[in-house]
Amino acid sequence: MSSRELILGRVRRALADVRADERGDERGDERRDDAPYERAVERGYLREHGGRSVAETVELLAENLADYRALVHRTDADGLAEVVAGLLRAHGSATVLVPSGLREEWLSAATDVTRVPDRGESTAHELDRVDSVVTGCALAIAETGTLVLDGSPDQGRRRITLVPDHHICVVRVPEQVVSSVPQALELLDPTRPLTWISGPSATSDIELDRVEGVHGPRTLEVVLVTGSGD
Amino acid sequence: MSGTYLGMPAFPKAAHEAVHNTTLRGNLRHATHTIRAKRANAVAEMSDWAELREAGKQIKDHTLRHLDRYLVRLEESVQAAGGTVHWAADADEANRIVTYLVKATGESEVVKVKSMATQEIGLNEALEAEGIAAYETDLAELIVQLGKDRPSHILVPAIHRNRGEIRDIFAREMSEWGRPAPEGLTDTPAELAEAARLHLREKFLRAKVGISGANFMVAETGTLVVVESEGNGRMCLTLPETLISVVGIEKIVPTWRDLEVFLQTLPRSSTAERMNPYTSTWTGTTDEDGPQTFHLVLIDNGRTDTLADEVGRQALRCIRCSACLNVCPVYERAGGHAYGSVYPGPIGAILSPQLRGTGSEIDSSLPYASSLCGACYEVCPVAIDIPEVLVHLRERVAQGGPVTERGDKVVLKPAKGHAAERAAMRAARWAFGHPGVLRTGQRLASRTRRFHPRTLPGPGRAWSASRDLPALPAEPFRDWWQRTNGGKETGK
Ligand code: SF4
Repeated sequence: MSSRELILGRVRRALADVRADERGDERGDERRDDAPYERAVERGYLREHGGRSVAETVELLAENLADYRALVHRTDADGLAEVVAGLLRAHGSATVLVPSGLREEWLSAATDVTRVPDRGESTAHELDRVDSVVTGCALAIAETGTLVLDGSPDQGRRRITLVPDHHICVVRVPEQVVSSVPQALELLDPTRPLTWISGPSATSDIELDRVEGVHGPRTLEVVLVTGSGD
Repeated sequence: MSGTYLGMPAFPKAAHEAVHNTTLRGNLRHATHTIRAKRANAVAEMSDWAELREAGKQIKDHTLRHLDRYLVRLEESVQAAGGTVHWAADADEANRIVTYLVKATGESEVVKVKSMATQEIGLNEALEAEGIAAYETDLAELIVQLGKDRPSHILVPAIHRNRGEIRDIFAREMSEWGRPAPEGLTDTPAELAEAARLHLREKFLRAKVGISGANFMVAETGTLVVVESEGNGRMCLTLPETLISVVGIEKIVPTWRDLEVFLQTLPRSSTAERMNPYTSTWTGTTDEDGPQTFHLVLIDNGRTDTLADEVGRQALRCIRCSACLNVCPVYERAGGHAYGSVYPGPIGAILSPQLRGTGSEIDSSLPYASSLCGACYEVCPVAIDIPEVLVHLRERVAQGGPVTERGDKVVLKPAKGHAAERAAMRAARWAFGHPGVLRTGQRLASRTRRFHPRTLPGPGRAWSASRDLPALPAEPFRDWWQRTNGGKETGK
């Protein structure tokens, strides 16, 4: 007998008491199987916590991002290129990783920085030599101060926001902001690889002192941009 | 479980030693009290905490009650997304599978993100025996690995080490494993973290094989989820060409939507944060992004035996948040090593004896490593009634009875010399048989004090002889919690 059959057999025998309780539930096709699950769990919890206006939701996102030591900047569509260029300059970056689908105008003012395209064949060592990375995001969650990246063309492969030490993430507000985790999951596509980012990399492993940046980027800058919606 | 812990003394002896280690007690007290207070605040932000906890409990219970169905569905979804699924009945089989998979890549080193399942099966030792070096990449796990000892806390595995010790370990050991510690390394946490960053980055950038666990697996979609802080998880999950995830069969949730419950309760219960810095989800493989080969090794290793126990199976709901450790008066004094397993604290006291059986001295003593104060149950985000299972397991040790071992039903004999426990069990059963006592949160508090001996009987005797029995609260836990502001003010 394969271990698969062995384990499944053990599970079925272990659940003899349940089978006696719930006979009937076990029969039926896929669709009938799912229907009982919808009823099997009480979901009395909230879809979002407290009522907020759109502006207040963006405000909460900014607060929670800052609380987790992300550096938050705000601008409108016209000022974005200047802000991004300023952040790269302030960080002293000579090179910047650019996802294939990033809007060109976002980097249009960073004339003295060398662009490194996100390529499948780049080695990890090559990425390690790049100073900064600029990406968009799939959405941001206000209640938790979280950015979610889903590998879309303006965000690139997962590793480009991991290996360089400086990540600039542009969030279009209010379009890309949701209030809560349940609202976020509803919009996200599980077949894409997702990275949820709440503040820079951190550890509290040494006597519970929080230290930023063990392995991921040590500096996370978030630019909230208005008027740049699709 | 793992051979790693075979040489461990039983809980009474280990705890005796631990309570006389003042560094350890100081570190633990500081850690547990700090996290405890922060967690209370993080939970208080959520007005629907009770509903989230109930939903979490129900999702996990439902999954366990139909585990065969969800395992099969998970397998289908993972395969459809380009992954390969392997089944391992016990630790040896899991180790054989992983060793084989690593060897097939032609590599002799792997990077690992912290995984309790791989600790449980002793994977690092098994790989080492086959000439494969496994590097732990979580900062605390690195400290533990370089220091050649064992983790002592689920969340802060090196909590038993202070910064001076960590500095010495890094300065002494890093060169053995790769990039040496910088000259003149001091003991400031920032410098220590930087040394770890440089040491480990060298390994990440050349790694071809990554090994992980998972916090959740979604049956519907075949998605795996890893929740972490440092980014070492992301490194292991995305830089290597091959990813091998070793996961207990109980880690399933049925649907994508179910994550909305656990991604709200886990970070707050665990690190007391609104959200941990990084959460990664992946579904099979993605072209040109991350590992192009993905293996999922599903392990039983005692879980189906635990599932067969109608009272004890609730332990399989555990999402390893470690909240129960931080509130436990016994853990606070004894430390994680005293439990002699990768699962310390209250959850370890009920999970380890179920996964491994109560045959050994350490496992038969674990159900006694508790004052039954009920604090662990109060904080548990999936509402595992740890005191109920403890009493149930004590009864099993004392009186014997039917259990399942490796899938077969057997009848355990009562442990010898346990007459005293049998009396204690009767007392406990009295309390648990009275819903009023149980449900008002008073647990075995004031009303049942007269049933509690000053020293523990049987396996617990040696332990309680080394110190006063952790005082049973004279007042109900809830009252104590409120009076002391969640344990922040001295009131213990
Ligand atoms: S038993 Fe509950 S509180 Fe303890 S680690 Fe598991 S989920 Fe967390």
